[in-house]
Amino acid sequence: MKMTGAQILVECIKKEGVDVIFGYPGGAILPVFDALYDADIKLVLVRHEQGASHMADAVGRTTGKPGVVMATSGPGATNLVTGIATAFMDSAPMVAITGQVRSYLIGNDAFQEADVIGITRPITKHNYLIKDVKDIARITKEAFYIAKTGRPGPVLIDFPIDISQHVAEFEYPKKVSIRGYNPPKAANPQNVDAAIEIIQKSKKPVLYVGHGAIISNAAKELYNFAKKSNIPVTTTLLGLGAYPEDDTLSLKMLGMHGTYYANHAVQESDCLIAVGARFDDRVTGKVSEFATKAKKIHLDIDPSSVSKNVEVDCYVIGDAKQILSEMTKKIKKLKINPWHKQLNEWKTKHPLKYTQGEKEQLKSQYVIEEITKRCDRGTVVTTEVGQHQMWTAQFWNYTKPRTNVTSGGLGTMGFGFPAAIGAAFAKPGKDVWCIAGDGSIQMNIQELATAVDHELPVKIAILDNNYLGMVRQWQEIFYDKRYSYSYIPGPDYVKLAESYGALGLRATKKHEVPEIIKQAQEYKGPVILHFKVQQEDNVYPMVPAGKSNSEMIEGMA
Amino acid sequence: MRHVISVLVENHFGVLASVSGLFSARGFNIDSLAVGETEDPSVSRMTIVARGDDRVLDQVVKQLNRLVDVIKVFDLPEQDRITRELVIAKLKVPASLRSEVIQVVNTFRAKIVDVNARLVTVEITGTEGKVDAMLELLEPYGLVEVVRTGLLAISRNSDIEKTSNSKLKKAPKAKSKTSKKKVVKKKTAKKTVKKKSKAKKKVAKAKK
Repeated sequence: MKMTGAQILVECIKKEGVDVIFGYPGGAILPVFDALYDADIKLVLVRHEQGASHMADAVGRTTGKPGVVMATSGPGATNLVTGIATAFMDSAPMVAITGQVRSYLIGNDAFQEADVIGITRPITKHNYLIKDVKDIARITKEAFYIAKTGRPGPVLIDFPIDISQHVAEFEYPKKVSIRGYNPPKAANPQNVDAAIEIIQKSKKPVLYVGHGAIISNAAKELYNFAKKSNIPVTTTLLGLGAYPEDDTLSLKMLGMHGTYYANHAVQESDCLIAVGARFDDRVTGKVSEFATKAKKIHLDIDPSSVSKNVEVDCYVIGDAKQILSEMTKKIKKLKINPWHKQLNEWKTKHPLKYTQGEKEQLKSQYVIEEITKRCDRGTVVTTEVGQHQMWTAQFWNYTKPRTNVTSGGLGTMGFGFPAAIGAAFAKPGKDVWCIAGDGSIQMNIQELATAVDHELPVKIAILDNNYLGMVRQWQEIFYDKRYSYSYIPGPDYVKLAESYGALGLRATKKHEVPEIIKQAQEYKGPVILHFKVQQEDNVYPMVPAGKSNSEMIEGMA
Repeated sequence: MRHVISVLVENHFGVLASVSGLFSARGFNIDSLAVGETEDPSVSRMTIVARGDDRVLDQVVKQLNRLVDVIKVFDLPEQDRITRELVIAKLKVPASLRSEVIQVVNTFRAKIVDVNARLVTVEITGTEGKVDAMLELLEPYGLVEVVRTGLLAISRNSDIEKTSNSKLKKAPKAKSKTSKKKVVKKKTAKKTVKKKSKAKKKVAKAKK
């Protein structure tokens, strides 16, 4: 059947099983919006393109299928950049479609023209400029394939308006064949055996699990492997949810604000098994002193992650799910009781801690614990970036994969709230919580209108300390309490919620916290819960930047 | 250490930008980069000369492999590569010294490609060592301008045996006819991009 380029694109997106697109119209993308007008697919109109990009990102993270975002040329496209970079750093599958000026005008500094291909080249897994209406179907198919396979990531399609108006026969290709792109398939069995041999001999092994385990849907395989081998598990920030934290083998998160016992376990371990993790600097601390006693084994789908930051002794390239299930077949239970005894001792002596007096100002940690207690297992929680993000990582009870949505690699403030909206579309009918700071929330607060529009059950807990808390914490510790531009007063959040048509609630005292959480859960649509929390509180434990993980500051509390 | 990396890429626009962008974004240095079409018009070959220890080079190769438009990457070891560079050099030689210049040119089996009242233009082909040696000899005669292609390299063996990358990138089944053929030697460089090239600095010196 003959169709216009715009119609072909929409058909392709439908064929990929996409039911919702996040976007914002503008001149160069109008033909596509016109094709969407009577298409059997929903477009969520956002209030700022950046919001749309984070929503699509969250769809990718919570479902594993690429989220789709659409914007016009020039400013529309450049507004997506932060969101694309965020997805790229955290390996989230996403397909971004941007309008472009007429193909013969490209390079002429036309109205709303930007070199989007050039701008997004270093922050996409791949990008395409469509030059011929006949290429649309193939390119769209390839874009979705590249976005979701191997180590996932964002793929951008730049779509000139004249191409979207040209007409061609529509035929959707059945197969993809890209000669330069062959994601690894089955792991090399010899490497698996080599890994098993090292693990089997170890006395102090630790599993260090990252986002890769979640991306490959390997939570069950990970659980089976850990249980059968008796090896304790620590996760990265993005690995939270890969392993149930209420299990005895869980050491919770490691790294800069990880638990004392996770970091010490890694530092003391004689065998560190990294699963879909990339030895990021927030995890390793001072690299030269990271887990020096351990033989390191790296399971990853991306060969370029191996020995990038930390030299490893053994690696297996492939899909974590497949590798772990192979390994589970071969591993025998390790007799490592002294190691578990040591770990338990650390757990008892150095737990995560805070105090919350009845009359005292609210503590963020308390608020987070109260919320997680009242949520079903498997509730999706998103965060913004900063102190509240670390406290959520520490005190939220993560038990299921794809429930933790946070910007780990890029650390994008303004990510969490739109991400919660995206997650609410991905998991219809379920409450989604967004834990936010008063700094971050204002970066994309305009999306409250989107949430109200669609009556989404998004519950935004703003932990308001009137500061850019993490910045203030660093200034307190490393800059002699010179609080340079980190004090940031905000609006009346209850009134703000009301003006957008959402419910606004406030708690300033301990006993009010459970009450307003309950009220929020009973309300159908979006809710802002404003918690006035202690102004000068710090996230502990903490590894100062550039220090070894053995040198954690534990704080007072 | 100096490495010569040979990269087969899709012959699209923008591929050169992704490859050079990758080097600059990751802080890898390029000594020279030469690109040209191969025996298969849908494939281009880039010959990149880069410096770094083995770990850096391992990363370079792996990062190149991540690019969708990169089909294959080879790190050509010294004992196994044939390398050539083409240089065109312009000299401002007084008539009295021209015969000396012609002697140097003949000794190196180079060629004089243009002569006019004030200038002699010489074409030199050879390994980098030969080219450098000859330029050094010519310098006193008044080097005015030097253009270098950057290094071209080819493996003495079949490319397939020389795969050095950890991620196996299989050659295409459908579209391309090239995949398993030996690379033809006729290949010439069409474009040359030079970055931080020593050669450039030398030229600058020569100008002074």
